[in-house]
Amino acid sequence: MATEIRRRTPDEYLRECEVEEQAVTAAAKGNLKVFLGYASGVGKSFRMLDEARRRQERGQDVVVGAIQAQVSAEVEPLLARLEVIPLKAGNAIDMEAVIRRRPAVCIIDGLAYDNPLGFRNAARWQDVKDILEAGIHVIGSINVQYIAELRERVEAITQKPVSETVPLSFIQSADEIELVDAPPPEADLDSAAESVQEHTERLSRLRELALVVTADIVDQQLNEYLERHGIQQRFGSSERIMVCITPRANLREMMELGHVVAERFHGELVVAYVKQRDITQADQSALEARLAIANAAGVHVEILEGSNPAQVLLDFARQRGVTQLFVGHSQRTGLARLRGSPLDKLIWEGHGIDVCIFPQ
Amino acid sequence: MVNQPRGKLKIFMGYAAGVGKTYKMLEEAQNLKAAGVDIVIGYFEPHGRRETIAKTDGLEFVPRRSMQYRDAGFEEMDTNAILARHPKIAVVDEFPHTNVPGCERGKRWEDVEVLLAAGIDVLTTMNIQHLESLNDQVWQISGVRVRETIPDWVVQQANEVVMVDLPPGALVNRLQRGVVYERAKAERALQSFFREQTLVALRELALRQTAHEVEHRMPPEQQKGPAPNPQTGHRILALVTADPKTAMVIRRAKRMSDFLGAECFAATVQANGDLSGLVSADREAIERHLNFARNLHIETRILEGTDAASSLVDFARRNQVTQIFLTRPRRKAWNTALSSDPAQKIIDLAKDMLVVVVSDREPAKRLA
Repeated sequence: MATEIRRRTPDEYLRECEVEEQAVTAAAKGNLKVFLGYASGVGKSFRMLDEARRRQERGQDVVVGAIQAQVSAEVEPLLARLEVIPLKAGNAIDMEAVIRRRPAVCIIDGLAYDNPLGFRNAARWQDVKDILEAGIHVIGSINVQYIAELRERVEAITQKPVSETVPLSFIQSADEIELVDAPPPEADLDSAAESVQEHTERLSRLRELALVVTADIVDQQLNEYLERHGIQQRFGSSERIMVCITPRANLREMMELGHVVAERFHGELVVAYVKQRDITQADQSALEARLAIANAAGVHVEILEGSNPAQVLLDFARQRGVTQLFVGHSQRTGLARLRGSPLDKLIWEGHGIDVCIFPQ
Repeated sequence: MVNQPRGKLKIFMGYAAGVGKTYKMLEEAQNLKAAGVDIVIGYFEPHGRRETIAKTDGLEFVPRRSMQYRDAGFEEMDTNAILARHPKIAVVDEFPHTNVPGCERGKRWEDVEVLLAAGIDVLTTMNIQHLESLNDQVWQISGVRVRETIPDWVVQQANEVVMVDLPPGALVNRLQRGVVYERAKAERALQSFFREQTLVALRELALRQTAHEVEHRMPPEQQKGPAPNPQTGHRILALVTADPKTAMVIRRAKRMSDFLGAECFAATVQANGDLSGLVSADREAIERHLNFARNLHIETRILEGTDAASSLVDFARRNQVTQIFLTRPRRKAWNTALSSDPAQKIIDLAKDMLVVVVSDREPAKRLA
């Protein structure tokens, strides 16, 4: 597929301006870097403070604005070399002291902490926003289970309520995110509430979640980058399945496999159909029955319009970075083939998109 | 020899040179040594990186062996020396490395297999672009056809796969500071493999693959979605022809099978039931493709038949195949029954099956 420089649609242009505007405001603000982990003991604090050490060695003015009271033996020597601004009562960051001190870089552990009543902000991540606003770079850390939008998934894994959270948009706004991956730390023998196997499985689930969330954030950043540079190329680094609804499509089967494939690849499922003007009454009601199936399954259906259905599907698929197109077998055979069917067009022009042809 | 329990394999997975795989691996080696574990360095590639080299301080090295090939000297891992030393754990850098001709085995991952079989645990490093089933996607993303690949099953049987992450911005910084490569090589790298969008896309691939590896290592009842069931599960068949794009179809079919927990076959249809009737170029191509499939642990068949399409579809029906993977039919093939390209005919015949036409994944043409 060729990278095209092409005229942007007004919508894309507008979005581009917004992205650029964000870039301009970002220049005056501090940068945010987030270390994302999934459990204590995977080494977030170590990696964060090791980065602090390297920056200090390169001559940057680094201070610690928040760190947990108890640190591991390997973190201690790193911490000993850094200036620490002590936390206030109730583990709140001493905002006045941090902003008065005005370091180049401020280290903030445990982004999900809530502040006690009476402080400037209700939560630590809001303090971080203010520190960034003041032009100070922040390096912070958080575990995946404290992302607000993941609460249900996390609670299903841990069977424990999550109280303190940070909105996903805050993590997405970070200039850099670095995943701290490691095999699940060994079970603490004192807390024998669950078996070693249960412990490992629970942590593996959270680990998987941290990997996927990071991949999703990276994917979003990739798309922003491509948009900003007017690059049409899509990379297929995430599997996206697009189910095309047609009057005779075996929608249940297509959706069932679509869901499984999307889930197994940690990808995404999109369902679409192209409005057709000249279709028979029978086809119209067949189509409506299929749309009802999709709606009942709670799936959002993209409704597309255009005189050339195959072209409309391809344009949409390219725009969304689709890697697998689910369609029904063509009804045409023999001579009709010579004119080239819409299916042929999908097969021939869908560069980087596998065409999966289902029984009708 | 006594029946040794197999050694454990741990892979440090990255997405580019310079993300810190070797550094992380050596850090772990140091921790293990400090804990009193008998650990040695079986192979280490210093790349002139100071911080990484410092991490080897105090670790025992098993000397490399010197090899001569075409009047040049090469240093390779000395697998026999490691076997003789028989540590608890061996650190082996650069898992996908290809050995110089004259070594007992062609690939370093095969040497690692020998160490594991002897009961030695191994820590090793690789980048995502060396995973066989992602070869076409990596080409699409980077414009680079990676030649040193590792079959997916080798990675699947590792006990642990750990992602070594670093934001691409920080990696580019390292390159510009000359930490990863010397200046001239760094400049070239920034123009090709290390372009920002390439790095971001490779990083995403590595994260998703590692998520899959984590999922793959959970007990079956913990895995998401319906459990793979040989009765109701998927069976995937890849069509093998002399077309060079067959390799792409095989990779994609295998990747889909692995993620769906499906069985995977690869078959070619020949009039004699063997490859004897073919002109040598075609025979070699098909043999190469069948070998390629077998190396990926795919069962291969040569079916007998004069009509490739109907023989393949019959075979698929008899064997409860649920998905057939093909290359794109050649553009002018659909109007002639005499065409040697069976793809279009299979699409027409197999209307009771899922037919997957694997698309070309080509890199963006470079502008400017």
